[in-house]
Amino acid sequence: MAEVKLLGTWPSPFYYRVVWVLKLKGIAYEFIEEDLNNKGPLLLQHNPVHKKIPVLIHSGKSICESMIILEYIQEIWPQNSLLPADPYDRAIARFWIKFAEDKVNPLAFAGFYGEEQKKAIRDSLEMLETTEEHALRDKTFFGGDKIDLVDIAFGQLSQWLQMVEDVTNVKLLDASKFPRLQRWINNFKQVPIIKENLPDYQEMFAYFKALRVMLLSSK
Amino acid sequence: VSTQAISDVVFIFISASEAGTSQHNIYIKTAQICGCERKGDMAESNVKVLGTWASPFVMRVKIALHLKSVRYEDVEEDLLAPKSELLLKSNPVYKKIPVFFHAHNPICESLIILQYIDEVWTTSASSILPSDPYERSQSRFWAAYVDDKFFPALRRLLIGATEEDKKAALAEVVEGTVVLEGAFGELSKGKAFFGGDNIGFVDIALGSLLGWIEVIGKQCETKLVSEAKTPRLVQWADCFSAHEAVKDVLPDVDKLADFGLKLRAKILKALAPTN
Repeated sequence: MAEVKLLGTWPSPFYYRVVWVLKLKGIAYEFIEEDLNNKGPLLLQHNPVHKKIPVLIHSGKSICESMIILEYIQEIWPQNSLLPADPYDRAIARFWIKFAEDKVNPLAFAGFYGEEQKKAIRDSLEMLETTEEHALRDKTFFGGDKIDLVDIAFGQLSQWLQMVEDVTNVKLLDASKFPRLQRWINNFKQVPIIKENLPDYQEMFAYFKALRVMLLSSK
Repeated sequence: VSTQAISDVVFIFISASEAGTSQHNIYIKTAQICGCERKGDMAESNVKVLGTWASPFVMRVKIALHLKSVRYEDVEEDLLAPKSELLLKSNPVYKKIPVFFHAHNPICESLIILQYIDEVWTTSASSILPSDPYERSQSRFWAAYVDDKFFPALRRLLIGATEEDKKAALAEVVEGTVVLEGAFGELSKGKAFFGGDNIGFVDIALGSLLGWIEVIGKQCETKLVSEAKTPRLVQWADCFSAHEAVKDVLPDVDKLADFGLKLRAKILKALAPTN
């Protein structure tokens, strides 16, 4: 069987997206931890353009950008399909995946300090409103009865969002304003593969808190 | 009375009474009420593109439809005027063109539309994405590079207010062309296009920008895709522009330059702080 390696960093949500999908499809892989403060030759060789994780290396070939990696995995290993079979439904799924990329991804970098904070809060609330009203609506998961790549794309909201709120002391997802999203977070975290593969909250909190202190002091 | 006529009437009724509901919801409800298949009449005459002649993202969709020999209705949106009802209703999230309609079902985001077109019209000769999954991932990667890195730099060069802004943007754009020259070497494998013998996903993603690249270049008095730094891209640009599926879609450069000035003025006015 061909070799699968995943270059990543705890606790990056983009790395976790790939972990979730590899495990949901039962694909064995080797994890290679990358130190982002000291980027190694493997990362520079396999992602020379962006120099970012995650990078999937399959039979020596590298694939970069988490959602592109996930479409690749879906095509090579179609079992437990994570995209709709119908082309129109698939186009809608891709639309929401792109929305998550454009609007949810920035949360990972938590530009929640100084003057950028007000704008970041406004943008986040707008993103949550659109997600609640248009993307999720009354479904259990974005994928319907079970999770699919859209849920994976929004996966950051399941734990990383709360961490950003706790580290910055800013409440974004008020359960009374976003009941569907709150329900989704609870359901998503109960999916066995997700439940078993989330970073330890306390460790992650400590890590980001320290990171924020460092960023603030350098400003 | 045909089912199409019934669904049109129901659609109008629902959209009038549920303003603000996403377009997708409206179409699902229509289908449920009249008991017809959501997609209804899938005849090729039911293909519509909401866009504008000047938008490279709209050009992408038209090139793809030409490649597949699919006829469509061209609905023009005036970018210099307030956004139309149709646009606001069919793309409530981003309110941007292109919006592609197939049997009244709207799809937004040009690269997503391209993949849909490729997946639905499979009988014609030209495949837009390669069939091999690894090559597909490479095509997606480079198309994303065009949209996420190259295009924003180009846009900053167009609307750059100060000399400093323009200089920084120019450096980024030129660096981008060099990176893309490298990508062309990798993907084309010695053939004429990123897609090999035929134009494909990356050709369309980048090629749709050629008109604007020329206009912005003239404004800066520089050839953005230069013979010196990117000889293969220069050759590729000529081949792409001359292609059957492309030549009637790429706009006249003078007309685009004139439009560019008006668009730049509109954007700068919107960005300027109010007193």
